[in-house]
Amino acid sequence: MLRNSPPGSADIGALERKAIQLRHHMLTMARGQGQGYIGQGLGIADVLAALYFHELRYDPHNLAWADRDRFLLSTGHYSIALWAALAEAGIIPVEELATYGADNSRLEMSTLDTTPGVEVIGGSLGHGLGQGVGQALGLRIDKSEARVFVELSDGEMQEGSTWEAAMSASHFKLDGLVALVDCNGIQADGPVVLDMEPVADKWRAFGWQTSEIDGNDMKAVVGALADARERNGKPKAIVLRTLPGKGVPRIETSEKSHFFRIDVAQWDGIIAEFEKTAGAAQ
Amino acid sequence: MSGAATEAGRTLAMGQDEAVGGGRQSVEAPFGKALARLGQNRPDIVGLTADLGKYTDILPFRDAFPDRFFNVGMAEQNLVAVAAGLARTGKVPFATTYGVFATRRAYDFVAIALAHSNLNVKIVAGLPGLTTGYGGTHQAIEDLALMRMIPGLTIIDPCDATEIEAATEAIAERHGPVYMRLLRGNVPVVFEAGYRFEIGKARQLRKGSDVGIISTGFMTERALDAADALRKQGISAGLLHVPTIKPFDAEAVAAFAAGVSHIVTAENHVVVGGLASLVVETLFDADIAKKVTRIGLPDRYIECGAVPTLQAKYGLTSEAVVAAIIALG
Repeated sequence: MLRNSPPGSADIGALERKAIQLRHHMLTMARGQGQGYIGQGLGIADVLAALYFHELRYDPHNLAWADRDRFLLSTGHYSIALWAALAEAGIIPVEELATYGADNSRLEMSTLDTTPGVEVIGGSLGHGLGQGVGQALGLRIDKSEARVFVELSDGEMQEGSTWEAAMSASHFKLDGLVALVDCNGIQADGPVVLDMEPVADKWRAFGWQTSEIDGNDMKAVVGALADARERNGKPKAIVLRTLPGKGVPRIETSEKSHFFRIDVAQWDGIIAEFEKTAGAAQ
Repeated sequence: MSGAATEAGRTLAMGQDEAVGGGRQSVEAPFGKALARLGQNRPDIVGLTADLGKYTDILPFRDAFPDRFFNVGMAEQNLVAVAAGLARTGKVPFATTYGVFATRRAYDFVAIALAHSNLNVKIVAGLPGLTTGYGGTHQAIEDLALMRMIPGLTIIDPCDATEIEAATEAIAERHGPVYMRLLRGNVPVVFEAGYRFEIGKARQLRKGSDVGIISTGFMTERALDAADALRKQGISAGLLHVPTIKPFDAEAVAAFAAGVSHIVTAENHVVVGGLASLVVETLFDADIAKKVTRIGLPDRYIECGAVPTLQAKYGLTSEAVVAAIIALG
């Protein structure tokens, strides 16, 4: 049974290597169908590595454990990153990753909660945080110490239900609730179409203990997660500035694309390049 | 409670009683009382509302179990989302608001956050159909039509206080998402104690050979009175009460329809998409060719006014049911 590791105990280098492993899985998955939400997945890889291999308490062999920490991926289309993390965590088989987005695969391009390890149906944006509030209330009734982590995105903040949930979380003093706000600057129609800045100020104004970090800096991510452990009556928001395509220069520098589709030969080139640089990094 | 509802011409103030019928005994807040009773042996039951606790009769539960009650403010999407999250931790949330908000405002959450995952949440929705004089913003006249399109959602339109109490117990017992219409305040007692409510089952209340009335919600009370009045005029009207809109008791409806020459449907809802549509679909599927007369609301928004005035104008009275049946000739 994995427990959240004591603060300060994180092996940053090991977590960085885990993030590289997740990115490698994602590239392989996207190659299978020639497409996917790879930019978002690569951007959030460091956060998922920190969560699944340092911060979260869970048992891959007992997913229904009542006192597990919950991770809710509200942006269901980031599933490519979640599948990679769940595979590395031993919750789904690594071999299954090859089925990403294929007919009859459990590893949909947008999450359904019928896949093991998925705590919520993401994808209809604006749903995750409110369900996180409900889970945190339920855990409080049960006097459980378990916490609830909800990933959501900058574009998703445009859904009014996000703020309905944000209001209620601070009202109910849900200090075991952590919002991971992925600000990658892209949404379906391109670069963020409606200015959401100042993001951190908005969360603070709604009563959340808020930090703002480079979401691709493992040390900063681990540090912000450690700070969020405090049980002080306030829900926690971590504003993550992430780079879509992080770690893969050809995707980083491409037009900021919500959905990435290229032919197989190009994928092979990208993967070969990634393996070369990742190998050097390790 | 105020007597305004029985005085035609007076506009109802927010929160005043919209009693659904006169001349019968009534019970105050049957839903809230039933839920508070259930809560004693069911620590998994939690209550939620979106700033309408007072107006949806859930305060008896809040007063009994303040630690298991959450008011999320005027935020119906969040009401459903929070209920879904609670259900995922093993709780059985009863969430109240008005029908208009539970449906039109929170539809995506009911469909995706609840029904798609078959979560064990009960939405209890006040002001169904024409039970308020507040006009189109508050009258849930198309809620049954909207909600019956959601896969796996159980939908109940109770008739009276007895049925509300029984249905509250039944839906707490059965796993899965539910939308139940709520008659609030002083709710008449039509069915005697011992009346058995069963999810998904219609109940024949009167036998008749000339015409068969199929009704749901408070229109069953009107239909009962109409059937009794018609009998005195020598017309034999049968009555089938269908409190569960989904899953629909098609078998009972088809069997009932086969025994009468003409069908009359009666519902506190628009005549498209609700009970009437279900009955017509059922007859079609069962290859039964019968004339069907639909009593219910027209496909338009209803104006403001006193509830009795509006119900009389739009035919939701026993007199209107009698008149419609006599007009069949």
